[in-house]
Amino acid sequence: MNPSVSALRERFGRVVGRAFVSCGDTVVYVDRAAAVPVLRWLKETPGQQYNYLVDVTAVEYRDAERPLEVVYELFSLERRVPLRVKIELSKDATLEVDSIVPLWRGADWLEREAFDMFGIAFRGHPDPRRILMWETYAEGHPLRKDFPLRGRFSRSEQVRQALNLHPEAHYSMEELSIAEAHRDLPADMRERLERGERGVVPEPPGGAGNP
Amino acid sequence: MGLSGPAAVESMSPNWLTTRLTSLADWAVNWGRANSLWPMPFGTACCAIEFMATAASRFDLARFGMERMAFSPRQADVLICAGRLPFKLAPVIRLIYDQMPQPKWVISMGACASTGGIFDTYAMVQGIDTVVPVDVYVPGCPPRPEGLLYGILMLQKKIKGETLADRSLRDEQPLGVTGLRLPAETLDELSEPFGNSVHQTRSA
Amino acid sequence: MEFDLATTGVDAYGRPARMPLGVALEEPPDDDVELGGHHMLLNLGPQHPATHGVLRLVVELDGEVVIRVIPHVGYLHSGFEKLGEYRHYNQIIPLTDRTDYLSPMANNVGLALAVEKLMEIEVTERCRVLRVIACEMSRIISHLVWMGTTAIDIGAFTPFLWTFYERERIYNFQEAWTGARLTTSLTRVGGMMADVPDGFTTGLRDWCRTFPKTLDEVDRVLSRNGIWCSRTQGVGVLTGEEAINFSLSGPMLRASGVAYDVRKDRPYLGYETYDFDVPIGEHGDVYDRYLVRFEEVRQSSRILAQALDRLPDGPINVSDPRVILPPKSAAMSDMEAMIFHFKQVMEGVAAPVGEAYFPIENGKGELGYYFVSDGTAKPVRWRIRPPSFINLAALPKMAEGALLSDLIAINASVDIVMGEVDR
Repeated sequence: MNPSVSALRERFGRVVGRAFVSCGDTVVYVDRAAAVPVLRWLKETPGQQYNYLVDVTAVEYRDAERPLEVVYELFSLERRVPLRVKIELSKDATLEVDSIVPLWRGADWLEREAFDMFGIAFRGHPDPRRILMWETYAEGHPLRKDFPLRGRFSRSEQVRQALNLHPEAHYSMEELSIAEAHRDLPADMRERLERGERGVVPEPPGGAGNP
Repeated sequence: MGLSGPAAVESMSPNWLTTRLTSLADWAVNWGRANSLWPMPFGTACCAIEFMATAASRFDLARFGMERMAFSPRQADVLICAGRLPFKLAPVIRLIYDQMPQPKWVISMGACASTGGIFDTYAMVQGIDTVVPVDVYVPGCPPRPEGLLYGILMLQKKIKGETLADRSLRDEQPLGVTGLRLPAETLDELSEPFGNSVHQTRSA
Repeated sequence: MEFDLATTGVDAYGRPARMPLGVALEEPPDDDVELGGHHMLLNLGPQHPATHGVLRLVVELDGEVVIRVIPHVGYLHSGFEKLGEYRHYNQIIPLTDRTDYLSPMANNVGLALAVEKLMEIEVTERCRVLRVIACEMSRIISHLVWMGTTAIDIGAFTPFLWTFYERERIYNFQEAWTGARLTTSLTRVGGMMADVPDGFTTGLRDWCRTFPKTLDEVDRVLSRNGIWCSRTQGVGVLTGEEAINFSLSGPMLRASGVAYDVRKDRPYLGYETYDFDVPIGEHGDVYDRYLVRFEEVRQSSRILAQALDRLPDGPINVSDPRVILPPKSAAMSDMEAMIFHFKQVMEGVAAPVGEAYFPIENGKGELGYYFVSDGTAKPVRWRIRPPSFINLAALPKMAEGALLSDLIAINASVDIVMGEVDR
């Protein structure tokens, strides 16, 4: 067991939950509200110095009762010691956790991917958009266990939606605000974007063909 | 000429000369098109690396007149989709295909481009023929450069069998009103699952 | 040899500039005139020759100067991690070939190591040395592609053909060993798919002897070339602190001066017993990344030579019949072997409940596989820690204030492979 766990318990008390060793890796659970203070303490305290964020990801178990977990894999470059910090997110409440982008800029895209794949919202993230799927992706969050491997829609519907991705769906508001790009857009497109509708998929003739 | 001449259907009808000239024109045009295909390498994944290896010095696409990679679709003849095509990339390949001027052909290189390959998932187009019309399918994961060259030779043979009189060969085949190239049922049938396990808790 | 530099050593943007040897520059022009104008939104990709795959860069330009670049990824997202949850551990190995397809054997090795950590299996000594050979071969071919394609991006076409020829020679070895040039699926949980064929070690030793000649040719053409130096020195600078904060790894991190190599700091496969150096850069620019990768190839050849010398005889697979398929002849004749074969193929090998993260040093950086198991033969979660994805996130920081052509050079220096970025 990594001695950082007992140091954490000493410093933070009850917000530090259970800890165990699996295949040589130490894993420690922390309450959701204490995520950022704990990680900051682990990063900045001399003697801990977990200054390298290896990975941010999430895990959903096959047992539907078990909560979702957000996993932070840390590594101390000086001491060459790894640590895994996990936060449990109950599926009954909203899936959200504070963003650690202020601590490590490497967490930026990693948290966006966790949002995209699991639907976990990261509060305070500077750019909370989907990253791997397109922004108007309507089928859900792919790595959830209730999401089927082949997706929710039929293949023809998936192709139709993909082919109808409008160009403006591919530009974020931030990009389009770049000087004259925004000014030169057609008026109706600008209005739609300002209303927040990015990429309106046209209905097929005869109503939505979604099985 | 030393090259295989046009196979003209000799007949003593009054249109004999027209037929003869048309065949000659066909032969010349097809010969020119087939031997100077400028590829548009739409390389996405591993097949793109094998495509690059085909273009490099060991397998050498230049002997087929194809070393000039046309990265602008406006100057390309054949779209070689080398690699898997996710749904996010589908409108891109359709746009690239639409931007290519006629005459144009499409080679689907690799298993993923032809049928979706091992990726029967939420994110993968199950074969680019659901999005663009394909002339030659090259199987393999990835196909060896020799395999790709064989596919290119097949395309050349296909081109040499074309005729200028058949305008339908140069049909643009745009997307229909439904936004799809094929009827939805055909598309679903083409994308049918092939036996990959969809159970996390069963062994098969 | 003394010579006077014609400049102050600082370029027009105030960044330190190193001069290529023997070349004196004129005074930088005094550009005080504020040329007003609108910023331009330029879309690069996703289909573009210089983006190294299907990467889309939305660039805000003020003339030629990049104000902001916003990368869009996901154009090659294939659902690997989702697919992994539906497959037995050995069935995941072919998937790993296709993430980082420039160095497939290293991915295979990394996955096998992660699963073996989860299942607490110790592989044989011969297997370990063979895996080191596979990893180093992969590192070399990954860097060779990088050199070739980066040279093309910056304008030099010839090194591409040279490096790809060397890659073809390695492909011959990969094909002789596994049957496939690119999608090797080399390892299995507890061992390898096959032992090396006859003549492999002599052939590879021969290759190690002749390959430095090609490297020297590339070196002669690029490293002290005035054009190459002025296009890569001082471009895309990232300090060590920033690099750590961005969680960079591999040559990107080491070129910025941070001495972190998974082979040295979290050693696996006995890397602590091999004699090799890890090049560390100083300036964190594109030129240093080039030098670091170049030197890494030389060091990899060194490790390859040592591994070939110490390759022991013996079995390549562990002798545990529950994990390794029995030989076909035994499976056809012996009842027990047939049952083991049946159980492994039909049900897969169950991993104990637990989780494991295993990092290896790939050509691109720290490639990690994280498995969570619930006691069944299919993982609950398979996570690939993608070095290219994380390295690419630093692109906007590096490209601020660069010229558009510098952006292409910086993008090339990140050494991304989109299969790994998007998975």
